[in-house]
Amino acid sequence: MRDQLDDAVAAPGAVSTSSDPRGAHRPSSVRPSGKRYPSRTWRQALRRDWRLYSLAILPLLFFAVFRYLPMIGNVIAFRKFEPGGSVLGEEWVGLRYVRLFLSDPTFWHVFTNTLILGTLTLLFCFPMPIMLALLINEVRHQRLKRFVQSVSYLPHFLSMVVVAGLIVELVSVDGPVNQILRGAGGDPIAFIQQPEWFRTIYVSSEMWQTVGWGTILYLAALTTIDDQLYEAARIDGAGRWRQTWHVTLPGIRPTAVTLLILNIGAFMAVGFEKILLLYNPLTYPTADVISTYLYRMGVVSNNFSYAAAIGLLEALIGLTLVLSANLISRRAVGTSLW
Amino acid sequence: MVTVDRGRGHRVFQWVNGVILTGVVIVTLYPFVNIVARSLSDENAIRSGQVNLIPRGFTFTTYEYVVSDPTFWTNYRNTVVYTVVATLIAMFLTTCYAYVLSKKDLKGRTFLIGIAVFTMFFSGGLIPNYVLITSLGMKDAIWAIVLPNAVNVFNLLIMKTFFEGLPAELEEAAAIDGMSTYGILLRIVLPLSKAVIATMLLFYAVAFWNSWFAAFLYMSQTDLFPVTIFLRNLIAGATGASSVGADAMDLTVAANIKSVTMVLTILPILGIYPFVQRYFITGVMLGAVKG
Repeated sequence: MRDQLDDAVAAPGAVSTSSDPRGAHRPSSVRPSGKRYPSRTWRQALRRDWRLYSLAILPLLFFAVFRYLPMIGNVIAFRKFEPGGSVLGEEWVGLRYVRLFLSDPTFWHVFTNTLILGTLTLLFCFPMPIMLALLINEVRHQRLKRFVQSVSYLPHFLSMVVVAGLIVELVSVDGPVNQILRGAGGDPIAFIQQPEWFRTIYVSSEMWQTVGWGTILYLAALTTIDDQLYEAARIDGAGRWRQTWHVTLPGIRPTAVTLLILNIGAFMAVGFEKILLLYNPLTYPTADVISTYLYRMGVVSNNFSYAAAIGLLEALIGLTLVLSANLISRRAVGTSLW
Repeated sequence: MVTVDRGRGHRVFQWVNGVILTGVVIVTLYPFVNIVARSLSDENAIRSGQVNLIPRGFTFTTYEYVVSDPTFWTNYRNTVVYTVVATLIAMFLTTCYAYVLSKKDLKGRTFLIGIAVFTMFFSGGLIPNYVLITSLGMKDAIWAIVLPNAVNVFNLLIMKTFFEGLPAELEEAAAIDGMSTYGILLRIVLPLSKAVIATMLLFYAVAFWNSWFAAFLYMSQTDLFPVTIFLRNLIAGATGASSVGADAMDLTVAANIKSVTMVLTILPILGIYPFVQRYFITGVMLGAVKG
């Protein structure tokens, strides 16, 4: 009886306060039950908000099964795994697979390739959107500006398969690149078969795909810079270059730092899908990276434990990179993801 | 004197800027124009490297050929079905969870957000996922494409940010009138969220339309492939990924067939792009606001 009464009194208050994004800033007179919130127990919370929690059940099930179960599934890196057997493997084998891949020359080869491609991608694809955004921002003609933006965003919406198809056609023996070569009197080159061209193809197509879309956040940040700052800089005698250096760039720094941290976090996973679509055994010397190697070892050759051990290392390096980048950035420039 | 100089410098800059941006536009559009020109060209003209921006040996026969290929249509229809089913499930899960996360004084909220955000920076990885999906018996089933990617955390955070920005008074009033949480979500919150729902629909639909890797991993029958795999298999011949060492010419699928398939795969996206791109941009902006 008392419980029911409690329930009846609490319910409307619970719904109204829980739907109030400003929460604690509201005077408690507006929501009589508000004071109890900080010390609320789980029992009370569940009784008030069970409908809200019920909405979370299916999404939580999704995260549990398709995100956290695979994380636990990584134990097969330390356990013998039989295809068709238990998802979590059969018996402990300790660090056997880790030792195995650490002494595998191919692993170190793809590790080096990953570092090289990741570094090149970061070097070329991170600064480009900043520069393009600065240029677009200078366009005074609004319709022209919007046209340039619309066109440059377009590659972002293509399937990786289509992107790979466009690349293959572009650099094919009968494609435009070779037409230019032939026009200049050179012999056609089968670019897609040659390891020395893979990095160039990869990085330039990556730029083509990402530069335009990457400008969106910078353009948004640019519009938030206070015009008075430019005014003040002009009065102090700063020309356009100095205004860019002292006003514009500091204005977009938080955006740039945030995106840099995210890029560093994605460093190890460099373009798995694109490489998988574009590489072939002839270009393995430069194109094969950790993710493609572990794909072949695991899914193609059924060495699941071995591949899982490599994958776990890759994921841990990625996590370490993003955490340290975040920490360094918080200490150095005061910007961080969380 | 100084102002005149700056004015001229500025004019020069504007001119140079115009040239650079025109270059960017041309470079971005060039591969598209090239592929359309190829798709409308005669195979021999392509082989001899004559096709650049303008179709040579203009013909529609390749389109007719691809469109009359029953496999192409089966795969195209599969893509449509996968996209629709996956988008609906993704929307349902994302909306529910985003709404829960947007309630700032819900007990356990930080934990619920953490569960989602952590997966952005650490994932189980390819192999455990593959083992899991396989052992769940989801191979050769639509669920292998739909379920593992049903919630995108970026999209989740965008929706959460949007819900947080809605005026709380309306929901409070509805609650006082005795409406339940479900009723509030359905009849108050969702009608106010048409903009973000449109954005999310587009984000998910485009992602599922473009996706290929899940199907590549888990689908083994041709009549289950989405059109992206149809296209991949055409390209795989050209990169020599499937069989190496043999004469590249023999492996290459007719170049104009590849081009036609590419054009037909991009077409729906190009068709809606001019009308919906502002939604995409709104979405990214919302996502940029730290939650």
